[in-house]
Amino acid sequence: MKKRIALLLLFLGMAAPLVPSVVRALPVPPLTAHINDYAHMISGPTAGGLERELTELEKTDSTQIVVLTIPGLEGEDIEAFSIKVAEAWRIGSKGVDNGVILLIVRDDRKVRIEVGRGLEGTLTDLVSGRIIRNSIIPRFKAGDFDGGVRAGVRGIVEAVRGEYRAEGREPGPGHRGTTPIFTLLIFLFIALVFAGALSKVFGAAVGTVGLPIAAKLSFPALSYPILGGLALLGLVIGLLLHVLFIGGGRGGGGGGFLGGFLGGLFLGGFGGGSSSGGDSSGGFFGGGGDFGGGGASGDW
Amino acid sequence: MKKLFLFLPLAIMLAGLYGCGYNQMQAKEEAVFAAWGDVEAAYQRRADLVPNLVEVVKGYAKHENETLTAVTEARAKVGTVQVSKEMLDRPDAVARYQQAQSQLGSALSRLLVVAEQYPNLKANQTFLDLQNQLEGTENRINVARVRYNRAVQEFNVSIRTFPNSLTNSLLLHLTRKEPFKADEGARVAPKIKF
Repeated sequence: MKKRIALLLLFLGMAAPLVPSVVRALPVPPLTAHINDYAHMISGPTAGGLERELTELEKTDSTQIVVLTIPGLEGEDIEAFSIKVAEAWRIGSKGVDNGVILLIVRDDRKVRIEVGRGLEGTLTDLVSGRIIRNSIIPRFKAGDFDGGVRAGVRGIVEAVRGEYRAEGREPGPGHRGTTPIFTLLIFLFIALVFAGALSKVFGAAVGTVGLPIAAKLSFPALSYPILGGLALLGLVIGLLLHVLFIGGGRGGGGGGFLGGFLGGLFLGGFGGGSSSGGDSSGGFFGGGGDFGGGGASGDW
Repeated sequence: MKKLFLFLPLAIMLAGLYGCGYNQMQAKEEAVFAAWGDVEAAYQRRADLVPNLVEVVKGYAKHENETLTAVTEARAKVGTVQVSKEMLDRPDAVARYQQAQSQLGSALSRLLVVAEQYPNLKANQTFLDLQNQLEGTENRINVARVRYNRAVQEFNVSIRTFPNSLTNSLLLHLTRKEPFKADEGARVAPKIKF
């Protein structure tokens, strides 16, 4: 026992020098809304007004603009920290990359506008630099943080408005939900065919277990009664495939394929609907937008 | 039962291809190529800014011929050193590319130091805008390089770890890609001469 404790102490001793280097890097704060005022620089009414304005813009244009204030950088580069935030939050829609982050560091007196790849054409480094130089910095220098943030956001909105249109539903989250279910279903279908070819019981078992698991993996929100129904459906499909491929002779092969595929389509569509419903009721999040380091920085 | 013997080899082949990393390695190599494309684009962006910058500085600082020529020459050299994606596994090619680019980088930063001495130039709106674009581009270069190195590291690990390494030596013959090294200039603080 003593030996073990000694070993543990030795291990801790060796690990200790590693800890500070891990802790030192400034963590990315969680994304809660359009205005993330961690440095308490923006007054309530201003934050509320901007929040409404930016939600409205997101509804019409799908472009996401987010403001983040932090107390200090703790020695890190503002550019390095900013891209870290961008990579963690993934503001903007996937594939369109229309996100902007306005980052303000209170104690280091630094500002940065981080621009998503899809907006680099309109909100160029030059335009971002001018917004910082002409709209934000003068007001910050005078101590008017509310006015500076408002003017900065207005400048960004003016530059990006009309660049993208929101098309009905949010494209980001919906797409993320549909891709894996199809892969899983195709995989399950192939597994079913092989299992069914081996034996009736095996095929039915794979169907009963596999279909609910695939559904649960894709849509964790599904309730147990629905999963039970899926298990029953899986049992039927498993049995059917066995009959069609082995017992049913040559004529039925095509029908089995078609039946299974239609079943898969129906399930995919049904699951997709329920998942998007869950997403829209949830909190605020980025849509998977990509950033390439575009934008500008300044200090006051 | 006969059908089983028809399906079985197919199933084994499919499972084998997924399990051995055949697709995974190719996807990772493509990711490296894509990241390299971004690196080249960011460097190209900087090279495109140089002529304008030189023009503006010339208007205010005619006597800084030496610095201006250094920038122009470095810019010309960058144009001749290109690395296609097939050359990414050659350390010397990547090193030469990196050296040419960092020469342009240091020539440019010398130019900006010189510009500090001309108040009229510093107040010029075009110069301020160009400086802004240059800063943005340097940042993009940084981001693109970090991402390229990350992609390279993932790819290099993937071709060297077990099931993949076997597949690679038998089928794919992909070679290790070369990451960017930390710049020589980045390790020593720049010296400013007056």
